[in-house]
Amino acid sequence: MYSFEYQKAASLADASAALLRDADSRPLAGGQSLIAAMKLRLSKPVEVVDLSPIAELRGIRVEPDAVTIGAMMRHAEVAASPEVNKAIPALASLAAGIGDRMVRNMGTCGGSVANNDPAADYPAGCVALGASIITNRRSIAADDFFKGLYETALEQGELITAIRFPIPKRASYMKFKNPASRYAIVGVFIADFGHSVRVAVTGAGPGVFRVPEMEQALGKSFTPEAVANIKVSDKDLNSDLHAKADYRAHLITVMARRGVQVALDGAKAAA
Amino acid sequence: MTIKVSIKINGKPASAEVEERTLLVTLIREHLHLTGTHVGCDTAQCGACTVHMDGRAIKSCNILAMQAEGASITTIEGVAHADGTLHPMQQAFHEHHGLQCGFCTPGMVMSAIDFVRNHPDPSEQDIREGLDGNLCRCTGYHNIVKAIQAAAANPAAGLITA
Repeated sequence: MYSFEYQKAASLADASAALLRDADSRPLAGGQSLIAAMKLRLSKPVEVVDLSPIAELRGIRVEPDAVTIGAMMRHAEVAASPEVNKAIPALASLAAGIGDRMVRNMGTCGGSVANNDPAADYPAGCVALGASIITNRRSIAADDFFKGLYETALEQGELITAIRFPIPKRASYMKFKNPASRYAIVGVFIADFGHSVRVAVTGAGPGVFRVPEMEQALGKSFTPEAVANIKVSDKDLNSDLHAKADYRAHLITVMARRGVQVALDGAKAAA
Repeated sequence: MTIKVSIKINGKPASAEVEERTLLVTLIREHLHLTGTHVGCDTAQCGACTVHMDGRAIKSCNILAMQAEGASITTIEGVAHADGTLHPMQQAFHEHHGLQCGFCTPGMVMSAIDFVRNHPDPSEQDIREGLDGNLCRCTGYHNIVKAIQAAAANPAAGLITA
């Protein structure tokens, strides 16, 4: 890894100011992606601004219609949170399936969303749940936040402070994971809000995307059969040594079909 | 440039002048000379570098030493009692021969302690899934799983009291 300056941010304003001083500085959350990228010299920040001391980036708040998770909440904390498990069990399950136990003990919700790895799990949860990404400057709808491969709507000096997830009637996250990296080869998050259904896919393409055809079909009939025959085009999907594009397209339908059943069973179990 | 990092390691305060880019595992092995923590893959996949930071198992090759500033770190050297009595997890690995070459063992033991603390009555399947962050290059998982299952029956297996 190249050398860099390191500082612990005393406050959000302090972190933002440090990041504005130099376009090549990077905020550090849990570091589970950033440190790896720096070791590979894919990322070479001149300054690393550690957000861990900032207390306001932590905490989980539940309102009647939404769960707000602080940006620096670790995956293990979200997975174990009784509040999240009660309000949006699919989101707790998503957090419980990220990386491995040790990665979940460091990696954070905000870090994952800000990084926008094309195979990360959180972007699917954010988009399917219609989350708001709250920053030190504004609130950004998830649909407008993720801009493709590692790109987001975040500007220099802008930091995610929390993510607000509306509580759906029922939801599920199904992931077909790479057994070595545990990243999603295909991950499908389905959220039914009663009046509308949202389906978001991660891992399959250059970034998270929605599947309107499935959303419409599930809006009419929230059953596995409704999506069983919907084929997603493989035209813009990833092809690599782990899976070819047509296989990823096939997996989207399979994961969606299973996911609907899991959402139905979960809602039944909770009732 | 260097920077001063101070941590508590296995109950004792320690500090060192390190480069900003120094990883926690490098601090532990090369500055504090505790070489029980291993570097296997150096890409946060194999888990040989697993230590506990403020009671949570983490991969010490995937965090900066400075991220541990002020934290309490426990390594494999810190789990047995001073009189040499093994930690219940170490004892279980010994009794069930939960190792072949032993390279992954420190990470396996540290990970397993964290695992049984959070899963007091695990099934074999739970253990296999719970160990997905630790690779054994000898593929000697069978006895490792047996050892963890045996240790889990002992409430002390998830604690570090040394």
